[in-house]
Amino acid sequence: MRMTNFTARLQRLFKPSRGWVIAVPLLWLTLFFLLPFGIVLKISLSEAAISIPPYGPIFDYANETLNVIVTFSNYLFLTTDTLYVSAYWGSVKIALLATVLCLAIGYPMAYAMARAPAHWQLVLLLLVMLPSWTSFLIRVYAWMGILSNNGLVNNLLIWAGLIDSPIRMLNTNFAVILGIVYAYLPFMVLPLYANLTRLDTSLLEAASDLGSRKFNTFLRVTLPLSKGGIIAGSMLVFIPAVGEYVIPELLGGPNTVMIGKVLWEEFFHNRDWPVASALAMVMLAILIVPIALFHRYQSRELEE
Amino acid sequence: MRKPSFTTVMLIAGLVFLYLPMIILVIYSFNSSRLVTVWAGFSARWYVELFRDQQILSAVWTSLRIAFFSASMAVCLGTLAAFVMVRFARFRGKTALSSMVTAPLVMPEVITGLSLLLLFVHMAQLIGWPADRGMVTIWIAHTTFCSAYVAVVVASRLREVDLSIEEAAMDLGARPVRTFFQITLPVIAPALAAGWLLAFTLSLDDLVIASFVSGPGATTLPMVVFSSVRLGVSPKINALATLIILAVSLATFLAWYLMRRSEARRRQAMLQDMTAGR
Repeated sequence: MRMTNFTARLQRLFKPSRGWVIAVPLLWLTLFFLLPFGIVLKISLSEAAISIPPYGPIFDYANETLNVIVTFSNYLFLTTDTLYVSAYWGSVKIALLATVLCLAIGYPMAYAMARAPAHWQLVLLLLVMLPSWTSFLIRVYAWMGILSNNGLVNNLLIWAGLIDSPIRMLNTNFAVILGIVYAYLPFMVLPLYANLTRLDTSLLEAASDLGSRKFNTFLRVTLPLSKGGIIAGSMLVFIPAVGEYVIPELLGGPNTVMIGKVLWEEFFHNRDWPVASALAMVMLAILIVPIALFHRYQSRELEE
Repeated sequence: MRKPSFTTVMLIAGLVFLYLPMIILVIYSFNSSRLVTVWAGFSARWYVELFRDQQILSAVWTSLRIAFFSASMAVCLGTLAAFVMVRFARFRGKTALSSMVTAPLVMPEVITGLSLLLLFVHMAQLIGWPADRGMVTIWIAHTTFCSAYVAVVVASRLREVDLSIEEAAMDLGARPVRTFFQITLPVIAPALAAGWLLAFTLSLDDLVIASFVSGPGATTLPMVVFSSVRLGVSPKINALATLIILAVSLATFLAWYLMRRSEARRRQAMLQDMTAGR
């Protein structure tokens, strides 16, 4: 009797019910995505220490009293050193510029793809996506050889007689922006294309029937209707670009200060974990509005 | 001849912009000179040297293993998450779960990497695990962000699936699990395969997160490439890059070919059904 009771309970436990389907991803993400942010927050509030790991405790239990020691010194430190402020400002500026350029190049591309004959669309889509599947690192690296002082562009310009001595292109902010535009362009084109293919063409026909010129129709009908795609694409470029580490490290120079690079150096070279955590928390605070914008678009997509 | 429109010109220019740097890289990988930018004649010597480099070869093997396990786990987790997002009625915490699933898509890599490392350090202090970081911690980290991509791919397919077939199976007495494995799974299989491939390439490609959560025991291919190219351009890396580009292009072409073939077969079957029905 007890035995059957036990097996019944076991069966109930392992019956793949609704609860299990929800619980597994929820548990995984809580443990490996949500909880880590709490820990970053905690460490950003603790004092740096010369120990392993290099930070002091926040909770201290002694003499039957629990002491909570929280310090905002790490955040204050970020405001005292101009390096950090200029790194945040520099990241946002470079990311914004790259996003605008991606949009300017990507929108006409997506538009042409959406208007292409149906049997061409899959091929074009594949052609745009293929570069983003080959290694990101390799694609950034490709530009190092092209932009360097004795690289292809400079050699071509000298050969053509346009310049006498090589122009410095590698290790400048120009190279960083070019690298970001190059690496993230497919992420701009894809949501725009997805949005533009769903566009109701009867609206465009109605506009032209009513005598609207092509450009006017684009400005008053197509552009407002593709707002969702523009937001999604822009956020997919802007948010990772702000935290970018690889591109400024490989293509940037001494004048390129971006927050991802500073955070990396603070963490790995200075081993100041509390300051690195504070840097991450402030970065997250800056990105919270763009992330929320992206989520609103994403959840609307999912509900459609 | 008709004048091509502005957007068509932009599309072609954009595609040239995307492919030209990679084509130049491939051409220069056959350069015999040690100086990467000076052309000195055709040679395959850098490929020979690449295959002699034990460090690179062992990093390739490490990366492939991590990518395989991460992609497999990410498909399981991502599919479950997609099911919850698309099929389940509203429940408390659904919005929270959905936004947590897609959050890793946009989260800057330095933040994800840093926070996961700090978690592992804490866990090691509290429960003594993981004692040292390496393949397992990279696997956990990659699974976490890859499942977000899988969830998005699978969710978009799930929304297109005709529910009536599943309902018919249930009406005929199939239990939910059986319905899932016999009806739903075969229908969404292409999306699972696409999600697995996407997760596999994402895991192979990741440098920042892997650098944070790995220990001395595990060095992935991007980590080796990065440490050698930050010092400058190297002809051996050109050869490696060419091989990576070649492998990805071949895989993509194969996927496209299979997709087109299955599409054609489906269309033909549909045509036959229709004519038979008449």
